[in-house]
Amino acid sequence: MDITKLKQDQFAIYARNLVKKFGHFIADDNLNFEVHQGEIFGLLGANGAGKTTAIKMMTGLLKPTSGILKVNGYDIYSESEKIRKSIGYMSQKFSLYEELTIYENIRFFGGIYGMSLKNIKARAEWAENNFALYGFMDKRVSDIPLGWKQKVAFVVASIHSPTIIFLDEPTGGVDPNVRRNFWDYIYKSSINGTTIIVTTHYMDEAEYCQRICIMDQGKIKTIGKPSELKNDFNVNTINELFLKIVRN
Amino acid sequence: MKQLIAFIRKELLHIIRDWRTLIVIFAIPAIQLIVFGYAMSNDLKYIAIGVLDKSNDGISRKIVSNIAFSNFFKIRYVLKSETEIEHLFQSNKVKEVLIIQPDFSKKIYKEGSVPIQIIVDASEPNTSNLAVNYTSALISSFFLKFSKNPANHQPYSIEVKMLYNPSLKSSWMFIPGIIALILTLISVMLTSVSIVKEKEYGSMELLLVTPLNSSIIIIGKVVPYFILSIINISFIFLLGHILFDLPVEGSLLTLYVLSILYIMLALSIGILISVIVANQQVAMLISLVALMLPTILLSGFIFPIENMPKWLQFFSYIMPPRYFIEGLRGIMLKGNGYKELSINYIIISCMIIFFISLSIKKYKSRLE
Repeated sequence: MDITKLKQDQFAIYARNLVKKFGHFIADDNLNFEVHQGEIFGLLGANGAGKTTAIKMMTGLLKPTSGILKVNGYDIYSESEKIRKSIGYMSQKFSLYEELTIYENIRFFGGIYGMSLKNIKARAEWAENNFALYGFMDKRVSDIPLGWKQKVAFVVASIHSPTIIFLDEPTGGVDPNVRRNFWDYIYKSSINGTTIIVTTHYMDEAEYCQRICIMDQGKIKTIGKPSELKNDFNVNTINELFLKIVRN
Repeated sequence: MKQLIAFIRKELLHIIRDWRTLIVIFAIPAIQLIVFGYAMSNDLKYIAIGVLDKSNDGISRKIVSNIAFSNFFKIRYVLKSETEIEHLFQSNKVKEVLIIQPDFSKKIYKEGSVPIQIIVDASEPNTSNLAVNYTSALISSFFLKFSKNPANHQPYSIEVKMLYNPSLKSSWMFIPGIIALILTLISVMLTSVSIVKEKEYGSMELLLVTPLNSSIIIIGKVVPYFILSIINISFIFLLGHILFDLPVEGSLLTLYVLSILYIMLALSIGILISVIVANQQVAMLISLVALMLPTILLSGFIFPIENMPKWLQFFSYIMPPRYFIEGLRGIMLKGNGYKELSINYIIISCMIIFFISLSIKKYKSRLE
């Protein structure tokens, strides 16, 4: 048995020498990292660091220019259909259907993943209880505030119980209290072993991740647990850590 | 004043550096002038006609050549018997047939007045009226030259037979065009805008991450518009029948098969537009400029294609609504069946295949 292959397949994400170019512009340059099953993994960086490009490659939205990328053990180049069945995705820009109600959005995306109506109803009930949506399921998405929209987008991304959920800047534009609550929901969802991969440029949110990867100008600068990285770089906060790494 | 000059200067730089604005300012008026100027013509030019000269004597031949050498008609068919007439009209090969009775010259001298029959396809009332008037005028001018005493009465009488729309109702001509216009509006514009909206709002990104394959996304998008379009045409057919007595001389099945094919064609064009463009405004603009205007101007909806210059007629050949409007008129007014409209069915089907293939080629299941 090929031990290397077995190891690759055991990771939620396995990336080696991953490159993404847009013409002559290199958005992601030689990325090497793995994400363990059930981990909350944060991709940190300023705007334009290459986080969103990386997440779009992992979700199959963008094809890598070169390198190896495996998601749930499946090859991104040849097995993207299998990957899509097992992942959930919340995009940077809120993009659920505004003219549908929260429940109608849940039902639509549940239907796309082939869930039975019974299962969809059960998951909607789960979402109602765990995400404090009780009494709001029949509200049109256009009528709810941004913080709620983000919450609904997260519910939709996790409605089919995926093994990996990708969250691209999930807390962008919302107030600190809503951000804090949102992270509670992320924790709740990861309890059953779901891998969460999240991009953010809020450095304080990095503390909520089990491991973080700091990116700058398309390159990975460092990867590790937040506490260990702070020790290694002799800083008190992730913000200081980030500035120290980027300025160097 | 300096402020105003600065502002005007900035605005001019904007205009000069934006090629789209320059197109709007210079190219669109030129195109409109050319297309409107040539297409919007109700004059007769080289209308295809057939001649059944049962007499074939000196005078009848001169009448025929007088018509043949005019710029208004082109004698496409010289008929041998009346049995050929029906087929020529049914297959849209002629707009008018001129019938000259046997022993025409002799009868003029003997009887003093001989009937000349003009049978005309009245599915386009304006053209048919003009054709009859021009033919009568050409015959009249011949006899004026021929007659030794022009003051004498004309030695002939014109008998006109209007086929397919004897009461010359213009609504019978326009309704098929309006149906094409409505279907173009619903199927092309709404479909393209609806798909582009998904791209613009970012929901397409969410859909592309799901296990849905691209064909299901597209089919799911167009099926509601397909159903709406069928309901819509049924409603228009019914309304046309109730309000304007619009007949359906052919079979309803033929009518619906043609309409469904055209809806599919319009949807496939809508899909292609949505695949190519990135925002709703551009999708709307393309639908309007590339389809709505040609539907009105170049498809024979209002202005007869035969009257347009050759180069504009070429454009009308590539306009999908042309084949639909022609087919609708054929089925509704002439009772055409699959045989007479086989070319229309084939061309529309080929266009569907072309646009669908192009859409699939251009469709990007990833974001690149």
